[in-house]
Amino acid sequence: MADTMQFDLVSPERMLASVPATEVQIPGAEGDFTAMPGHVPFISTLRPGIVIAATDKGEIRYVVTGGFAEVTGEHVSLLAERSLLAEELKQPEFDEMVTEAKTSRDATSGPEYDAANKHFADIMEMGRQLGLQASTV
Amino acid sequence: MPSLKDLKNRINSVKSTRKITKAMQMVAAAKLRRAQEAAENARPYAKRMEAVVNGLAASVKGSDTAPKLLSGSGKDDVHLLVVMTSERGLCGGFNSSIVKLARQHAAKLRSKGKTVKIITVGKKGREQLRRDLGEHLIAHVDLSDVKRVGYQNARDIAQDVLKRFDAEEFDVATIFFSRFQSVISQIPTAQQIIPAPIAETEEESQGSTVYEYEPSEEAILEDLLPRSVATQIFTALLENAASEQGARMSAMDSATRNAGDMIDRLTIEYNRSRQAAITKELIEIISGAEAL
Repeated sequence: MADTMQFDLVSPERMLASVPATEVQIPGAEGDFTAMPGHVPFISTLRPGIVIAATDKGEIRYVVTGGFAEVTGEHVSLLAERSLLAEELKQPEFDEMVTEAKTSRDATSGPEYDAANKHFADIMEMGRQLGLQASTV
Repeated sequence: MPSLKDLKNRINSVKSTRKITKAMQMVAAAKLRRAQEAAENARPYAKRMEAVVNGLAASVKGSDTAPKLLSGSGKDDVHLLVVMTSERGLCGGFNSSIVKLARQHAAKLRSKGKTVKIITVGKKGREQLRRDLGEHLIAHVDLSDVKRVGYQNARDIAQDVLKRFDAEEFDVATIFFSRFQSVISQIPTAQQIIPAPIAETEEESQGSTVYEYEPSEEAILEDLLPRSVATQIFTALLENAASEQGARMSAMDSATRNAGDMIDRLTIEYNRSRQAAITKELIEIISGAEAL
């Protein structure tokens, strides 16, 4: 078994990463999981959170706000609608995400509200992990 | 017979036209490269999205719980056409060919007794369609302020379309755009997006892997299909942007060439009439001298 796998992170507008990685931590919709070489073929949706890829150049951290992951033994593909390097997520970008999640949450009701509220909470939690506070809420 | 001065003016005016078309051609060439790059960058995402959706769709197909976006609303009465064209003109037959295709499609549907609704993206298509299909236009998306189409634009359009689908305003949605082949060839294309078409070809290489899903297949599909619609619209917008610049480039190229030909012809005419004037003057002088 190979000890690395191909890690691809793509957004609709560009390819963010395409590197060999030894393991990738992924914020799955039903809990975090780590994909390693030889993982069973697996597809999961993502919740907002931090993706950590261990590559030969060290750990690279990315922020994703949703999308899905496709894992096979040889590669991990993350398709994220919005994604950037964790270091690039600064206050203005974070505020924008928070405001967007908040407005879409407030526009819904019933069971949809719960889902939107969870999305919002996930974003807040992600910010907390990166040491960011929403300045607008 | 135009006077020498008229001809001179004419030549100068054609020359400045040529300068403008030449400049437009070069601008289009630069923009085309960027548009092509953007389309190129978007390809991996779209490709994988399609592969995953197809894989999922094949396994869920037929079951009663399949999402509506996949199985359709069970009817085939109201068709929504999303016609994507450019915001600016001077790009040859680009807009007309898309509109023509949409018009044919609409005519075919109407002859079968279906209802047709049209959403236009881009000013030029709207102007052309308003003439004969004006009463079918239900919405318009204005992208004239957008310098470069982003995923956000596509998502907004997709959300609007999906909202209408949820409200059961239509049963089948088709997008019309121009697929970029090369600078001289753009192919107007109609693509059905709702219900999601399932590729019938069984790919052995891709389809053989059995995936585990979390959450369930249906739940993922439910989440994925709206994204897939947005992605398809995004791809179409990018292809359209590249096609528009390609079409403008070749249109401006032939306009520049035509202007060059015209200048040559006018210059010959100008020189001829100048020569004729000189000869006439000489004859007058000579015959005047002979008369003495």
